[in-house]
Amino acid sequence: MASLTLTVNGKVTELATTSATLADVVALMGLEGKRIAIERNGEIVPRSRYASTPVAGGDRLEIVGAVGGG
Amino acid sequence: MNAPAPASTLVDPLVIAGRAYRSRLLVGTGKYRDFNETRDAIVASGAEIVTVAIRRTNLGQNASEPSLLDALPPSEFTYLPNSAGCYTADEAVRTLRLGRELLDGHKLCKLEVLGDPASLFPNMRETLVAAEKLVADGFDVMVYTSDDPIVARELEQIGCVAIMPLASLIGSGMGILNPWNLRLILEQAKLPVLVDAGVGTASDASIAMELGCAGVLMNTAIAKAREPVRMARAMRLAVEAGREAFLAGRMPRKYYEASASSPATGLIGS
Repeated sequence: MASLTLTVNGKVTELATTSATLADVVALMGLEGKRIAIERNGEIVPRSRYASTPVAGGDRLEIVGAVGGG
Repeated sequence: MNAPAPASTLVDPLVIAGRAYRSRLLVGTGKYRDFNETRDAIVASGAEIVTVAIRRTNLGQNASEPSLLDALPPSEFTYLPNSAGCYTADEAVRTLRLGRELLDGHKLCKLEVLGDPASLFPNMRETLVAAEKLVADGFDVMVYTSDDPIVARELEQIGCVAIMPLASLIGSGMGILNPWNLRLILEQAKLPVLVDAGVGTASDASIAMELGCAGVLMNTAIAKAREPVRMARAMRLAVEAGREAFLAGRMPRKYYEASASSPATGLIGS
């Protein structure tokens, strides 16, 4: 079965698809509508570009949010 | 609720990076029991600036799970994303860039680069490197620092917007351990100097303000009090009292020299 293997927040994650955008990944992770920020291979991708940014096998994504802290 | 007012209407505002704030108390949002307690305590504190940490999102979690941003809407508070937990300049810069993206381009940040997991003492070499990069990248950097006046001067020269020396170790509640170093930093600084870390109770906050600090940043002293909401109120009053005392100018200390406040004449039977 064709799949796409990414590393998301340090965890190897397999998507059951051969092509996807960052917006697809966000939806698959259940993060739509949440306030997040994403780094793809060390570069920040602005929210407005999720739909036009393809992900490729081997990509490393960091998806972060704001949590309580001092 | 604690949203900033127009600068023109404020008496003695705290000005950071050209923005005026009514409250000189800045608070963290960590270590509370739940978001209700977080919100109640922060509202009671009167703080307008609240620090938040940037962390990996839990993936596949329930989408309806409450978030900090629901409890403290960014429309009501000025968020101060921090780089807490970072041990290198690179990690700190990446984290704060993510924080800026998360908050729609918000430039204000709290830079913190740690050097030791036990003491949480800052690594000043990495902090200086990160401060240079962040300032060059357009950030307004409020910087957590050791209470070294030379390092504080360098951070000011780099272009940070506030110098935030520790009063004692993060989360220790040990209070103001070295008021003399804070004084040295305050005397030379042209920027707001805020005590960040170490405050344990209300009198510590007052002492920081009486020394002439522009403000105080705290988290654990409120969150880990037996009654956080009540302590939040105490801290608001302590910061206000300390500021008023600083502005009023304390009487000179007279060692071993008493001075009666009541008239020495007109006593009955004289």
